[in-house]
Amino acid sequence: MRPILMKGHERPLTFLKYNRDGDLLFSCAKDHTPTVWFADNGERLGTYRGHNGAVWTCDVSRDSMRLITGSADQTVKLWNVQKGTQLYTFNFGSPARSVEFAIGDKLAVITTDPFMELTSAIHVKRIAGDPTEQTEESVLVIKGPQGRINRAVWGPLNRTIISAGEDAVIRIWDSETGKLLKESDKESGHKKTITSLTKAADGSHFLSGSLDKSAKLWDTRTLTLIKTYSTERPVNAVAMSPLLDHVVLGGGQDASAVTTTDHRAGKFEAKFYDKILQEEIGGVKGHFGPINALAFNPDGKSFSSGGEDGYVRLHHFDPDYFNIKI
Amino acid sequence: MAIDKNEPSKLRWGELEEDDDLDFLLPPKEAIGPDENGIKKVIEYRFNDEGNKVKITTTTRVRKLAKARLSKRALERRNWDKFGDAVREDVGSRLTMVSTEEILLERPRAPGTKPEEAKASGDGLAQLSKGGAVLMVCRTCGKKGDHWTSKCPYKDLAAPVESFVDKPTAAETSAAAPGAGKGAYVPPSMRAGAERTTGSDMRRRNDENSVRVTNLSEDTREADLHELFRPFGAVTRVYVAMDQKTGTSRGFGFVNFVNREDAQRAINKLNGYGYDNLILRVEWATPRTN
Repeated sequence: MRPILMKGHERPLTFLKYNRDGDLLFSCAKDHTPTVWFADNGERLGTYRGHNGAVWTCDVSRDSMRLITGSADQTVKLWNVQKGTQLYTFNFGSPARSVEFAIGDKLAVITTDPFMELTSAIHVKRIAGDPTEQTEESVLVIKGPQGRINRAVWGPLNRTIISAGEDAVIRIWDSETGKLLKESDKESGHKKTITSLTKAADGSHFLSGSLDKSAKLWDTRTLTLIKTYSTERPVNAVAMSPLLDHVVLGGGQDASAVTTTDHRAGKFEAKFYDKILQEEIGGVKGHFGPINALAFNPDGKSFSSGGEDGYVRLHHFDPDYFNIKI
Repeated sequence: MAIDKNEPSKLRWGELEEDDDLDFLLPPKEAIGPDENGIKKVIEYRFNDEGNKVKITTTTRVRKLAKARLSKRALERRNWDKFGDAVREDVGSRLTMVSTEEILLERPRAPGTKPEEAKASGDGLAQLSKGGAVLMVCRTCGKKGDHWTSKCPYKDLAAPVESFVDKPTAAETSAAAPGAGKGAYVPPSMRAGAERTTGSDMRRRNDENSVRVTNLSEDTREADLHELFRPFGAVTRVYVAMDQKTGTSRGFGFVNFVNREDAQRAINKLNGYGYDNLILRVEWATPRTN
């Protein structure tokens, strides 16, 4: 396959997200402007100007009309996807690390980093249908986990919130009361910071990637460990194919060590694993730095990766990918 | 600025070509195809610089992309106006490029092989070591059977081996080796601890144990051929010739074995063997004459 290279960002990529129809791709980077691209040919549709710091994360509503972005400038912004205009700004006392719309787009979960004397927290905000009625107040604030919370996502039926972060523990919270329901097992769980977490298309299971050089597949309801995929490099990003039983892990050595070592030692590949057999299928090379973000198109026929090198690489699979046998 | 408005597209008489009026003498442009393979031929006639009539045939392949199903909303979004920085994007900025490099999903080993075999069958030497002690031990990272020291991906990560570093004093070093002086750049391949390699990366293809298989059915793939030949011994390469235009098999392929005896046994056994309703023809591949 010949990937499409998109060079719209001047700094390392942080996050990638497809909309539900899979025709738009949103990219966030450490430069201050999230960008939207057409997911078929990689043409740039527009940029969202207004943030004043690195943008760590984003999510798009089911109807592809609203975009929510979380940034290190201590704000979370709502945007009109089509026009690129700001609809609302939530202010926090610390950088926002992850955002996700709930099913139905009426709620959003936002995590904030520990900063100054503030501890990290998970906020639940109500998202008004009309942006003029949007309010700042949180429906729920959960505190407790130590260190950064790198990712928080909604569980089935919005009943739970799944969070993971620097303390390497995955927690399931009640989204109504904020009570801690489950915690991942210390023995079977990750040993180092969890960098990424992604849900399966049907939400029944999710995949977490960690700096302990492994990714683990968990059951969403019971939080039981299903599979472990081990690799040779810290995992920065994970993605799951909605079409085939494949998982993709992206990572690589620390960006600070890149120039001092052989390029082969870097392992800046997107590694494909068989979800069930846990066996490596192959690697897709191309980035000059660690992969920070991965996303699968909802149709399962293409995927994109964002690297520390500032490039987004959009890969449309060759026909023979779909009948790979182990 | 005022001049620009007066029909900038009109050519001045000095730029007009003299033989423009002769074009009517040429036969009309002809287009053939696209045929079932998507091959389209365009035949044009033109006068070249010397005034001679030349026929130019352009052959192109039209590839039909699988038609993506788009929702109505997605089609609507396709026509959205650009916004933000994308509005005043100049044409030359080339933010989006198609990679010039063909990127493949690189398989860690040949399809259909077990992880242990993959290491062994890759190299004749590694094959030998299978019985006794492991021959291939990396001195840098200590990994057994994975790679040679010179190919160690970790060689620059590892601390330099002490025995190489401690020996000479600073004065001696600069006198002995000009490249090793303080502050001077030493390429990684010349550094202490790095193995001097002479073209070890060159892939040696074992043409001797190559077996040609003909009369294959159209839907035989490399994996099928591998499956068929694997029982006879370690296979290093399987290749099925594909038609570049149609992407279908051309009905022949090559299989390379590590050992000649295995190849001979495969020939003895599989020549005349019925495979997919066709009688296979298996023989030694004759090396190319050039």
